[in-house]
Amino acid sequence: MNELLLLGLADDELILGWRDSEWTGIAPMLEEDVAFSSIAQNEIGHARAVYELLADDADVLAFDRKPEEYRCAPLVELHLLDWGRTIARRCLYEVADEIRITALMEDDDARVAGLAAKINREEAYHRMHAEMWRERLADTPQFRSAVDELWRYALGVLPPKQREALAARLGREQVDAVERGTHDDAFAALHDEMTMVRRSAPAGAQW
Amino acid sequence: MIWEVFRQDRKGQPFEHAGSLDAPDAEFAEAWAREQYGRRGESVALWLAPRDAVHVVGDWADEFDLKYRRVDGYSIKARLKEARERAAAAGTG
Repeated sequence: MNELLLLGLADDELILGWRDSEWTGIAPMLEEDVAFSSIAQNEIGHARAVYELLADDADVLAFDRKPEEYRCAPLVELHLLDWGRTIARRCLYEVADEIRITALMEDDDARVAGLAAKINREEAYHRMHAEMWRERLADTPQFRSAVDELWRYALGVLPPKQREALAARLGREQVDAVERGTHDDAFAALHDEMTMVRRSAPAGAQW
Repeated sequence: MIWEVFRQDRKGQPFEHAGSLDAPDAEFAEAWAREQYGRRGESVALWLAPRDAVHVVGDWADEFDLKYRRVDGYSIKARLKEARERAAAAGTG
């Protein structure tokens, strides 16, 4: 089991789920607000399932690490303040995630392969949602420039050997990727907010 | 574009109006209807219809007071009571 890769995957899902949840209540349409929030919640569910492969208590991995210990790709932690770039990120992320998840479905470890297949079934709906938006926005200058801007970040979601597949799928040339391992300044604030409940009730909050 | 959403609780049950949503085309309408009317497992099927496609009938002329066609003038309750009493009497007789 490639624990570092799985930790990166789980952190990507947790942080993207967190960032996308920031649209709850303020998405451009009420209907999309519900859909986008639901997808964000699914991603956090995937993160939990992967953390549980790696540790007995998912919360320990999700909330008890220091900011610099998170392995998420810089793409997912970007604090994007407009809808076009948020959707561009989702579209890029879904394609990268599909390449990564389908590879994991062939993993030698049956638990990893089984979980990847389970995640993939739910991701099929996320891809449909992203593709629907991509088709609608593809011709707008805002969306095109957002994809250009985020492309080098998207490459950083995948290990180098899977990047050619991503470039081929999207019809783009490979460029220098923004690699995992560093965080931008906004991540500290995200981490602080995300771990607030955990820090206030270390034994586990009751709802 | 407004879409009217009808949902079915269980197979074989009638579809009932669940609500409406604003979506630019059938694809968006489907994605959003799935989230709003299906993600908790509350529906086995949905019907989505553009509001414009619904032919609405809402005016009921009753100029000649045809209330004999309605049932609200009949007291079913009293007649049922009588019938039950007759049936009971016949049963013991």
